[in-house]
Amino acid sequence: MKEAKKQGGLNPEIQSRIGHQLRAMYDDVVRQGVPDRFVELIRKLDVPSPDTQIANTGDETTNKDGRS
Amino acid sequence: MPLTDSLRDDILASVPSLRAFAISLSGNGDRADDLVQETLLRALANIDSFQPGSNLPAWLFTILRNLFRSDYRKRRREVEDADGSYAKTLKTQPAQGAHLEFEEFRAALDKLPQDQREALILVGASGFSYEDAAAICGCAVGTIKSRVNRARSKLSALLYVDGADDFGPDETVRAVIGGSGG
Repeated sequence: MKEAKKQGGLNPEIQSRIGHQLRAMYDDVVRQGVPDRFVELIRKLDVPSPDTQIANTGDETTNKDGRS
Repeated sequence: MPLTDSLRDDILASVPSLRAFAISLSGNGDRADDLVQETLLRALANIDSFQPGSNLPAWLFTILRNLFRSDYRKRRREVEDADGSYAKTLKTQPAQGAHLEFEEFRAALDKLPQDQREALILVGASGFSYEDAAAICGCAVGTIKSRVNRARSKLSALLYVDGADDFGPDETVRAVIGGSGG
């Protein structure tokens, strides 16, 4: 009987306690920030493709493109 | 959409919560980071399929969750994580009594069926709406709601069977939360 009651409405105090613990556990990891390995990973993978490289440097060296 | 600088920054900004989600799911720090790495590689390889303006964290969480589930099926027969190893992955360990309660909580969380655990984490810790959580898990919103409710009931039964009426002050929880300050 007690079980059935629990399903319907969980004690709000217990609910909030579970919520606190869950977030404490989770936030502890979040607070560790971004480990270097992931910063490097994203940076490495972000090396622009040849096309974008030309586009990026195009401003400074507009006439360089024409020559070969 | 193409991988712009701001999109890359947004992806990096999601890494801390992706790790927290991965650790919560897998209970294992090393495996969690491998999972995050694979998620990032997968996301970047498929960045063209990301719709600009849509929910980037939800998209990344979906990838991670799917990777975890396919990985989990493969590893199902392996020995599950031993009690307490999760806490060792953390930099700041809660002290004494709080630590014990923390491990109890972790152990109870691990006893939940996977569907319920992920729903509870997404809604209760990651802060996703029921709608986003449903999209991430590929199920109906009502399903997520009932999984979250069942997860809470089960945790409460596992952790606080007799405790409904006689809670003392919430010291241990406060200690675990530590300096988060509200």
